[in-house]
Amino acid sequence: MSYFKKLADLPREELLAPGHRLCAGCAASIIARLALKATRGPTIVVNATGCLEVATTIYPYTSWRVPWVHVAFENAASVASGIEAAFRIMEKKYGVKKPDIIVFGGDGGTFDIGLQALSGALEREHDFVYICYDNEAYMNTGIQRSSATPLGAWTTTSPAGKVVPGKLERKKDLIGIAVAHGVEYAATASPAYPLDLVNKVRKAIEVDGPAVLHIISPCPRGWRFDPSETIEVARLAVETRFFPIYEVERGQYKINIKVAKPKPVEEYLKKQGRFKHLFLPENKWLLERIKKVVEENWNRLLELAGEK
Amino acid sequence: MGKVLGLMGNEAVAYAVKQSNVDVIAAYPITPQTIIVERLSEFVANGELDAAFVPVESEHSALSCCVGASLAGARVFTASASQGIALMFEITFIASSMRCPIVMAIVNRAFSAPINIHCSHDDTVALRDASWVHLISESVQEAYDNAIQAFKIAEDSRVLLPTSISLDGFILSHCLERIEVLDNKVVSDFLPPRKAEYKLDPEKPITFGPLALQDYYFEFKRQQEEAMRNALSVVKEVGKKYGEISGRTYGTVKKFMTDDADVVLVCMGTVAGTARVVARSLRKEGKKVGVLSIRLFRPFPAQDVVEALRNAKAVAVIDRSSAPGCIGGPLFEDICTALYDLPEKPLTYNIIAGLGGRDITPEHIKQIYNTGYKYIKEGKVLEKVLWVGVR
Repeated sequence: MSYFKKLADLPREELLAPGHRLCAGCAASIIARLALKATRGPTIVVNATGCLEVATTIYPYTSWRVPWVHVAFENAASVASGIEAAFRIMEKKYGVKKPDIIVFGGDGGTFDIGLQALSGALEREHDFVYICYDNEAYMNTGIQRSSATPLGAWTTTSPAGKVVPGKLERKKDLIGIAVAHGVEYAATASPAYPLDLVNKVRKAIEVDGPAVLHIISPCPRGWRFDPSETIEVARLAVETRFFPIYEVERGQYKINIKVAKPKPVEEYLKKQGRFKHLFLPENKWLLERIKKVVEENWNRLLELAGEK
Repeated sequence: MGKVLGLMGNEAVAYAVKQSNVDVIAAYPITPQTIIVERLSEFVANGELDAAFVPVESEHSALSCCVGASLAGARVFTASASQGIALMFEITFIASSMRCPIVMAIVNRAFSAPINIHCSHDDTVALRDASWVHLISESVQEAYDNAIQAFKIAEDSRVLLPTSISLDGFILSHCLERIEVLDNKVVSDFLPPRKAEYKLDPEKPITFGPLALQDYYFEFKRQQEEAMRNALSVVKEVGKKYGEISGRTYGTVKKFMTDDADVVLVCMGTVAGTARVVARSLRKEGKKVGVLSIRLFRPFPAQDVVEALRNAKAVAVIDRSSAPGCIGGPLFEDICTALYDLPEKPLTYNIIAGLGGRDITPEHIKQIYNTGYKYIKEGKVLEKVLWVGVR
């Protein structure tokens, strides 16, 4: 179901004010801005520690035109649990209207340090939307690897050295983890496909219970590409099947952007300095492995979606 | 007025929390706190308490959840001990900095390792500098009374700081005592539903927990310090008001025969009861001894402590926690600092006792007083820190 048929249907109102200090070309602000356009009414935002949090709230300034709260790095889902529980009971006891709750966490705050809190909150079925803006490393502290960093990527803690050529482990399957908790709705999205993104946020809000969105968030600083190419990079990730766009409703997988003829993975990788070592002859094996992983993931998705 | 019940310390706390009409409880079970959590979830399940009980997956999430609920404007309670407090340590500082009037029961238990489930004050004193108001209970009755007062203190607009009530693990938490409880109506008049001035309100959006750097961070900390100073008088005010509804008035310290005492023993928690029994019997032998029990650990009531100790010749301070490498235990250092400006200071010595639930016996207390007399006779302290009851 589509809540917004075209971009012009989106509200003009900006709930994320301009003037924040995120880097030029940062996708996190695009994602947050779009997500807030998908709200249906009073909304509270919870933010884990990270780029989005620090760069939008340097006291005494704030970019948030909604109630917003940041407590720590690993506990955004727990904080949201408390807010949700409080409004649930206050609505009953004192007639206070319960707002919608959106959580923003980066990949560090979601895949790694915040995974336990997220798992607990999902299991307890608190009614909130958890959005992971995934820039695939600890960008706020200067590009250190996380469990969301893709195979082969250079980061400052998975450097491309003479012996170890970047990160040698695969990326965690966040949506799979969410689905394993039995959440009613989980989906991936990309800022290169804004209509798909806002409709998914709205769909997630409409769910009575927790919903999880995993949104790819290209980072010019950490991925080493020109800030003017953020959307292009985000689109290539989808067109090469590197970051597939799909949703899972009550356990049922559906691929939303079918990539019948994928572009070569190299096209996506070549755009980014974090992958440049992969094109050295001695690292060819790793490049091949990445391509294999991309293919395996896509096939697995096709199977889950019943398209194979 | 009220009625008499036989309750264990943990049950008394749960009963008080129920009467305090909390909105959200988020807690994780840990011995010896568990019964508090069990009772509260029963109250909610049976409809005796109209609250949201959030069975979180860790203590870190318990306090995080409390912070969120408190900022939403709810009255919030949690309880923990020992390792649980250690795990939530990060959020304890944030809860106070974000001015969340959360009430937490700390059922004192020793820190690991070795793992132990019995009483040390490690957990409470670890939160010494976390900008929480810390109330200490000596008896089940006090645990009950402190719980109700804690909400009043924490939510006072001059304070707005989290407040803990400590009770000695097992010694109090599992001790069945005859206590007087107030009528529900009396408690609800004393504690009407919370009215949060600053909260997560879509009508009036506020940004909570922003980044504040060199230009503003310092001022945030200063405001906390001022709230702590205010808390000192608010604790006394609330203690007095509570006396009016219960007949039991509370201050910051509890003095027992200190006015003319040669040797005063200073302590926190249940050991005060033992000390008073011994002091009374030593008085019969003609020894002028007294007991000063600290009810308010933070903000530290330095002035009241000095007033109570200024005439003593020797002061023994019991710490039920060790602080290896420090001059003495945390309470001892507080007492020494408070006494420092007196022109004529009593001799001061520190007793480390009762760690991991080891009994502090009347014999130990007698020994501690006798040591004081010995030091008075010698005119000096021979050994500053004594470990009593250790093999």
